[in-house]
Amino acid sequence: MALWRPDPTFYPSPKMAMQAPPEKLAYVAMLNAKENGRPDALGVVDLDPASSGYGRLVGQVDMPNAGDELHHFGWNACSACLCPYAPHPHVERRYLIVPGINSSRIHIIDTKPDPRKPQIVKVIEPETLAARTGYASPHTIHCGPEGIYASALGAPDGNGPGGIFVMDQDSFDVMGKWELDRGPQQLAYDFWWHLGFDTVITSEWGTPNMVNKGVNPEILLKGGYGHKLHVWDLPKRRHVQELDLGAEQQMALELRPAHDPTRPYGFLGVVVSLKDLSASIWLWSRDNGKWGVHKIIEIPAEPADPALLPPLLQGFKAVPPLITDINLSLDDRFLYVSCFGTGEFIQYDVSDPLHPKKTGSIHLGGIVRKAAHPKQPKTPLNGAPQMVEVSRDGKRVYFTNSLYAPWDAQFYPEGIKSWMVKLNAKPEGGMEIDPNFFLDFGELRGHQVRLEGGDASSDSYCYS
Amino acid sequence: MSGASDWGWPALFFLGAYHGLNPGMGWLFAVALGMQEKSSRAVVRSLAPIALGHAAAIGVVLALASAMRIVLPLQTLKYAIAAGLVALGVYRLIRHRHFKWVGMQVGFVDLTLWSFLMASAHGAGLMVLPVVMGMPAGGGHAHHTAGMTDPLTGAEATLVHSLGYLILTALIALIVYQKVGLAMLRKAWLNLDQVWAVALIVTGLLALAI
Repeated sequence: MALWRPDPTFYPSPKMAMQAPPEKLAYVAMLNAKENGRPDALGVVDLDPASSGYGRLVGQVDMPNAGDELHHFGWNACSACLCPYAPHPHVERRYLIVPGINSSRIHIIDTKPDPRKPQIVKVIEPETLAARTGYASPHTIHCGPEGIYASALGAPDGNGPGGIFVMDQDSFDVMGKWELDRGPQQLAYDFWWHLGFDTVITSEWGTPNMVNKGVNPEILLKGGYGHKLHVWDLPKRRHVQELDLGAEQQMALELRPAHDPTRPYGFLGVVVSLKDLSASIWLWSRDNGKWGVHKIIEIPAEPADPALLPPLLQGFKAVPPLITDINLSLDDRFLYVSCFGTGEFIQYDVSDPLHPKKTGSIHLGGIVRKAAHPKQPKTPLNGAPQMVEVSRDGKRVYFTNSLYAPWDAQFYPEGIKSWMVKLNAKPEGGMEIDPNFFLDFGELRGHQVRLEGGDASSDSYCYS
Repeated sequence: MSGASDWGWPALFFLGAYHGLNPGMGWLFAVALGMQEKSSRAVVRSLAPIALGHAAAIGVVLALASAMRIVLPLQTLKYAIAAGLVALGVYRLIRHRHFKWVGMQVGFVDLTLWSFLMASAHGAGLMVLPVVMGMPAGGGHAHHTAGMTDPLTGAEATLVHSLGYLILTALIALIVYQKVGLAMLRKAWLNLDQVWAVALIVTGLLALAI
């Protein structure tokens, strides 16, 4: 149903979105890793400090099938609906598009009648996705100026190429493959764009066959996982440039372009370097019409007693940081970095993007450290900071601690006990763990977090 | 001059202004381009192609109707136009398609084409037709001949309409860019698509009455 005025959660610019009221609910993908025939679920978490349910799961909708592996998800509509060339501001931010990375099934979940009791209103089966797009393993979801975009890791047979497909914003029908000319691109993972420059950036992980049985050391040591960025023309749907980080940089994953549409730069997290097991953050930017990429942050591996390491890492006698997720505040000032290996969570001031300054660091979990939360200071935690989300005003940061079931098992073979925590970020830098917010997911594992009304990775903007 | 011309020209002008008011029809794009380049000159520069595209959309419809008038009886043409307007209005009430013509990196030609397609998709030209039909031909002497059979009247009508459109588009774009800012969009951007759809239907019905 069309609204009479624009959806109140749409903001023309990221600066205006920072004035948004604090979020009261979060939606969290919850994975059932027990292989007991029970399905995954989407959870609703109470974020209102004034509420009696603060920091607790207050709603849950189970998926109709088992084995989806819910992973990333996103909204049907966002501030990009205000873009001037295809404006349609009177649609509602209401539905969550929730794909299963294993099953290739896509769930459309309505949060409107009761935001605490979301309901599944449509399910797109993997056969439909395959027939319409030639893709499988849907991953990132972004609402675009004129449709819903999604990335996919590969083809239905589990090989490449992976890419992007588009869904209709009203009917949620899968429209088809997005690329008209993919150039040399084969591997896929994340994607986002610079709307002001009509430019899409995509990153690389591996095909479904390369990742769904765990990280494959043979492929890894050959430098076979993704290590490139691809630059595309958004309206023309064509590949324009490839940016190679070098094969020793393995798994170029999360992309966080500047939110301000006039800033042609963004940040990329790389999981591991084959040279020294370090992880890194890279800056891509446009100069004189050409895009380039540079390493701006390197986080070294930490030496460790092999007895404390999982079999995969024992030979290295070190814990790799493993940057698996990053997030950028709406003012493009603070970059948050999750280290799934060491359990460190780092805040950088990236106001000067070429010269980041470390402004905060906390530890929770970690392969060796197993750092505890202040609410339960005697309980060692496993898993580590992973999927991170930042509130629109930049004052609150939430994250969960699981990565992807087959990979969780390699880094935390004892089985991840999953939790979600909240940090309070200080206006001039620095952050503190909220001692009252510690959510235990019980039998399930929390993955991506989406905040009610939008967050720092849900919306894109056409005005600065 | 007959009675019809008394309201015909102002009606054309104000219809143009009404089209200019719609954020989806041009001024908002002009503001966005100004913000992207951080310059009010970019706002001004975008006005010419936006107005040109809009004028072309109006002119094409008027010229087509003129041509059809030569082969079709006036009464038949009236019904056809009325049916077209009502059908487009109903379609726009129930279906909200948003096509993507271009992105934010647009040159003169892209912007002209975008404005032409945007105005056409909204039925801007069709909406103007009944007004022109109700106007007398250039000299005003042949009372039974509708104005649209006269190419000169068609051109003048396009010009007057586009002037109303351009003035409002330029005014809003510059005031919003330099003074007001876009925050007001969140409250003031009424769903003109719905109003527009109803306007198309009403104009269609009015066309029958002329």
